[in-house]
Amino acid sequence: MSNMNLLQAINNALEIAMSKDDKVVCFGEDVGHFGGVFRATSHLQEKFGKSRCFNTPLTEQGIIGFANGLATQGHKPVAEIQFADYIFPAFDQIVNESAKYRYRSGNQFDVGGLTIRSPYGGGIHGGLYHSQSPEAYFTGTPGLKVVIPRNPYQAKGLLLASIRDNNPVIFFEPKRLYRASTGEVPEGDYEIPLGVAEVVKEGTDITILGWGAQMEVLEKAVALAEKDGISCELIDLRTLLPWDVNTVVDSVKKTGRLLISHEAPRTGGFAGEISATIQERCFLHLESPISRVTGLDTPFPLAHDKEYMPDHLKNYEAIKQSVQF
Amino acid sequence: MSNSNQPEVRVVHTPTFIDGSDLETPILKILQQDGTLYEGAALPDIDQALALKIYDTFLFIRALDERMVAAQRQGRISFYMTEIGEEAADIGSTAAMASDDLIMAQYREQGALAFRGFPLKQFMHQLFSNENDLGKGRQMPIHYGSRDLNYLTISSPLATQLPQAVGYAYGYKLEQKDNCVICYFGEGAASEGDFHAAINMAGVFKVPVIFFCRNNGYAISTPSSEQFAGDGIAPRAVAYGVKAIRVDGNDVLAVLKATQEARRMAVENNQPVLIEAMTYRLGAHSTSDDPSGYRSKKEEEKWREKDPVQRMKLWLINQGWWSEARDAEELDLKRKNVMAAMKEAEQVPAPSIDELVTDVYDVPPQHLVDQLSELKAHIRKYPDAYPKTAWRLNDE
Repeated sequence: MSNMNLLQAINNALEIAMSKDDKVVCFGEDVGHFGGVFRATSHLQEKFGKSRCFNTPLTEQGIIGFANGLATQGHKPVAEIQFADYIFPAFDQIVNESAKYRYRSGNQFDVGGLTIRSPYGGGIHGGLYHSQSPEAYFTGTPGLKVVIPRNPYQAKGLLLASIRDNNPVIFFEPKRLYRASTGEVPEGDYEIPLGVAEVVKEGTDITILGWGAQMEVLEKAVALAEKDGISCELIDLRTLLPWDVNTVVDSVKKTGRLLISHEAPRTGGFAGEISATIQERCFLHLESPISRVTGLDTPFPLAHDKEYMPDHLKNYEAIKQSVQF
Repeated sequence: MSNSNQPEVRVVHTPTFIDGSDLETPILKILQQDGTLYEGAALPDIDQALALKIYDTFLFIRALDERMVAAQRQGRISFYMTEIGEEAADIGSTAAMASDDLIMAQYREQGALAFRGFPLKQFMHQLFSNENDLGKGRQMPIHYGSRDLNYLTISSPLATQLPQAVGYAYGYKLEQKDNCVICYFGEGAASEGDFHAAINMAGVFKVPVIFFCRNNGYAISTPSSEQFAGDGIAPRAVAYGVKAIRVDGNDVLAVLKATQEARRMAVENNQPVLIEAMTYRLGAHSTSDDPSGYRSKKEEEKWREKDPVQRMKLWLINQGWWSEARDAEELDLKRKNVMAAMKEAEQVPAPSIDELVTDVYDVPPQHLVDQLSELKAHIRKYPDAYPKTAWRLNDE
C-alpha cells in the first residue's frame, strides 16, 4: 500500500492499464508531454511513447469521434475531456455514436474499449464553466456506463474496471478532491466491479445515498446526525448507469427513509430517477417522503457557490426533517 | 517557433489580402461521354476483369434502386435512397481499395457495398428489417453494415464517421498495417463541425485515410450555392495540411485513377487525402423527398446526359469487352433476381422480441432483463396488437 491522492491514483491506474495492455492509448487536450492540466497523465508519454499518449487538437467532438474510430478497430482509447463542462461539443459522438454502435450494427461493430475521463463538479471557484455535474445528460442514454469514484482507492479500482469493461464508459472524476482526498491505495492491479453500489456505513434510521465528491459532504452530515442519535446507512452508488437498484432497495426496506444528494441541479437530476424507482419498489416500507438535497436549478454561480452547494448542513437538516416527519 | 508548418513567410509592408483566386483547383477528367479518352489522359490500373466487375455493380445498383423505389411506393418498405447518377463515384473509388480496407459510408454508397460482394439477399433482409438482417432489424432501410466485408454499419447523423475514420486509420498506423480507410460524405455534411475536426486531426496525426466527398449539388433541397461560398470542398483540405484532388465524379476512370494514387500516398507515406468528386444526384434525396419543388427538369436533363453508367458502357463497347445486346440481357437478369429476392425477403419474419434488448450492452443488465419480461407479459395479454412478435411467444 502507499499513500496517494486521487490524481496519483488515476495516474497509477492509467500506467498499469497501459503497461499490461498495449491496446490502451491515452489522449486529449494537453495530455501528452505536459501530462494534462491536472497532471492525471503525467509521465505517461515518457513511459509509453508519443504514439500511445499524446496531445490532440482542441476539438472535443474530434477527440471522441477519433476515440470511437480507434475503439471500433479494437483498441482501448482513454480519451480525456479537460472539463466536464466542455463535453457538450462531443455530445453527438457520445450519445448517437458511442452508445449505439453495438446495437445498430447487430453486434458486428462496437466501441466497448472506449473510456472517457473527465473532471466534474464544483467547489474550486470555477463558476459556470468549470463546475458542472453533467451526469444526468448521459444516464438517459442506453448503451453507456457512467461511473463516478469518491476517493483514491475507489478511483483506481473503478478506472481499471472501466478501461477493461467491454462497453463505453464515462468516468467522471471529482476534481475538488484531486489533491484534497488522500488514502492508502494498493500498488498492484485491482478492479472494483461496475454496477455495484457500496454500503459505506451501516445504520437503521435512514439511508443516505450519493456518489463522487458528494460522499465526503454526506459523511460530515452523517457525523452530525449521529451525534443527535440518528443511525444513518451511507451508500456510495459508484455506477449511475446501470445502477445497483437492489442494494438501495434492501437498505430502504430496512431503514424506511431515503435521502439522495447530488451537486447537479434538482430538475432532471439523477436523484429524481432513483426516487421514482424506490417509491415503486419500497412504497409500503417508506415512513417519510424521499428527500433530495441537490444543487439549485440555476447555472453554477461563482460568488454564491457556497450557497448553491448541497453542503453538509443542508443535508443534516434534511436528515432531521426526514426522521421527524 | 510555434508555427513550424510555414518555413518561409513572404513579408509585405502594405496590407495584402488573400482569397480563393490564389488557389486554383483543377479537375481530373479521363473518359469523355462518348466513351473515348481525352487526349493525353492516362488510364488507371484497370484490366477487363476489374472493368466488368465495376460495370456489373453499376447495373446491379440500377436494378436494385429502381425496384426498391417502386417497392416503397407500393408500401412494401418504409423508406429508400437511390444513388442514381453517382455510381461512378462510390463504386469507382471502392474499386481502388484493398478488400480489407475499411469503408465508412454516409448512406448513399450501396454500390461500394455491392462491389465488395454483399449478397443480394442481405440487401433485402436489411431493407425488410427481418430476422436475417445482420443489423437485427434495428435501423431504417439502407443502413447496411458488414463486418466480414469491412463496411462499417451506417448511422444517420451526418459527418460523425469522419473523425472516426481518423481514429480507425490511427489504429492502422499504430499496428503498421498497409491499409487505408475510405470515408464517404456529401458536400452538405462538410458543413458539420465533425468534418473540420476530422480533416484537421488527419493532417496533424498523419494517418492513412481518404476522405471522399460526393459533391452532388444538393443537401436535400439546399443547393451547394447556399451551402458554401468558397470553391467547393477540396481547398478546405489544403488549409488543414491534407492533400486534395477534384475529379469528374461521373467519370469512373478518373475516380479510379485518383483513388488509386491517393491510396498509394496514404499507405506509403501516411498522407491523408481528400477527393472531391463532382457529380449530381439524379434521383430524389430519399423516397420522402420530391425534387420538383426545388430544381428544374431542364437541370436534371443536363446531368442525365452525363450519365456515368452510359459513359462507361460506351468505353467498354469501344474496348470490345461489352455489347448492347449483352447489356440488355444482363440488366434484365438483374431485375429478375432483385424481384425474386425481394419476394423472398418480405416473407421472412421480424426478429425475435429478445433482440430488442440485446447489444445495448455486451450483456443485458438486470433492468433490461426485467423490462423485457414485463413487455412479454404485456404482449401475451394483447397478442393481436403485436402481431410481429406475439406468434413467437406462444412457442416458448
